[in-house]
Amino acid sequence: MKLAYYPGCTLKNHAKNFEDSALCAIEALGVEVDEIDRWNCCGTVFSLATDDLIHHLAPVRNLIRVKEAGADGMLTLCAMCFNTIKRSNERMKSSPEDLAVINDFMYREKLAYEGDVPVYHLLELLRDELTFEKVAAAVKRSLGDLKVASYYGCYLVRPAEIGIDDVENPTVLDDLMKALGADAVDFPLKTECCASYQTVDNPDIVADRTNQIVSSALGQGAEVMVVSCPLCAFNLDHRQRETARKYPEFKHIPVLYFTQLLAIAMGCTEESLKLDLHHVDPKPLLQGKGLI
Amino acid sequence: MSPFVTKVQQLSGQNLLACYQCGKCSAGCPVVSQMDILPNQIIRLAQLGLREDLLESKAIWVCASCMTCNVRCPKGINIAEVIEALRQIMLRRREDHVDVKELSDAERADVPPIALISSLRKFTS
Repeated sequence: MKLAYYPGCTLKNHAKNFEDSALCAIEALGVEVDEIDRWNCCGTVFSLATDDLIHHLAPVRNLIRVKEAGADGMLTLCAMCFNTIKRSNERMKSSPEDLAVINDFMYREKLAYEGDVPVYHLLELLRDELTFEKVAAAVKRSLGDLKVASYYGCYLVRPAEIGIDDVENPTVLDDLMKALGADAVDFPLKTECCASYQTVDNPDIVADRTNQIVSSALGQGAEVMVVSCPLCAFNLDHRQRETARKYPEFKHIPVLYFTQLLAIAMGCTEESLKLDLHHVDPKPLLQGKGLI
Repeated sequence: MSPFVTKVQQLSGQNLLACYQCGKCSAGCPVVSQMDILPNQIIRLAQLGLREDLLESKAIWVCASCMTCNVRCPKGINIAEVIEALRQIMLRRREDHVDVKELSDAERADVPPIALISSLRKFTS
């Protein structure tokens, strides 16, 4: 299966650690991907209004680029890109009228979209195509006794029609962490929203959420949290500063992308981890465990 | 049915009268503590067409579209879509909730593009 890689807006800057670690890890696993030529921002959120067709143009345009590249599907890393593009794709598949309007609007594109490009998240590729057994067999550096709390957030699992796992009790990230040799730490708030884009004009609400989510993971014995969304990463990692100001008892925890631990396990260099992009420094923990 | 109720149902694609007020949406909402009216109350006020109570509420701008209410509603109502419809009614009157010019340089530089784009997509016209 040849997949076209869609990075999205934040993986080229704030979340370069997500992109570099993922690309290094999947190359080590023998997966070849080409970045989509002339991709554009997906819009980050799926429009929930019935008549708001204009906001489906960006996702559909990217799907046309995948077809132009002759790939079998689109590979996403960011949970918000995955959700937005997959939901728009589902709407195009289920509504030929909407698809006709959108194709008509984009009449200068070389080909009309037919709703036929599958959209995958990297976790699906690892679980369903490669399988976690093969991932485990490819581990060069086991994560040892690292205690990892996997945070799923919203857009990997909701709504159920497009989610990649159980809507209330997903385990895909935990299963991956176990395949890499880590101790998976389950915690009750693993699918509770971090308050998302409220971080721009209402960081106070994010501080409340981060306090509860991080404290819940720490309470179950986690040493590190992993995420699959750059906005969750920003809220749970960088907003720990605001959280500690509001809640003096708050205890910090490093937050990594799941791909960074995957890259460590696959023997990637420390350079691909871009560990200087984090607010809470993960290096002391990873050095202490002999992982970097 | 008032034009307002018709509009909310059209924009959201939801049947408001399906709600029987079990309260599960409000019980599971992660940001409910900052809301002035709760998600189940939003649906009730919408059924009754109480336009100003809804459009002037703080709650419709606190919702982060996390979809928890949607996946738990026993009647299959997409509450997040109803709240989006209420925001859209305001935004289509050019009444934006966020003004990017009012953010400080530090605030703008601090947050990643994914945060700015999603905030502006949800909170501006």
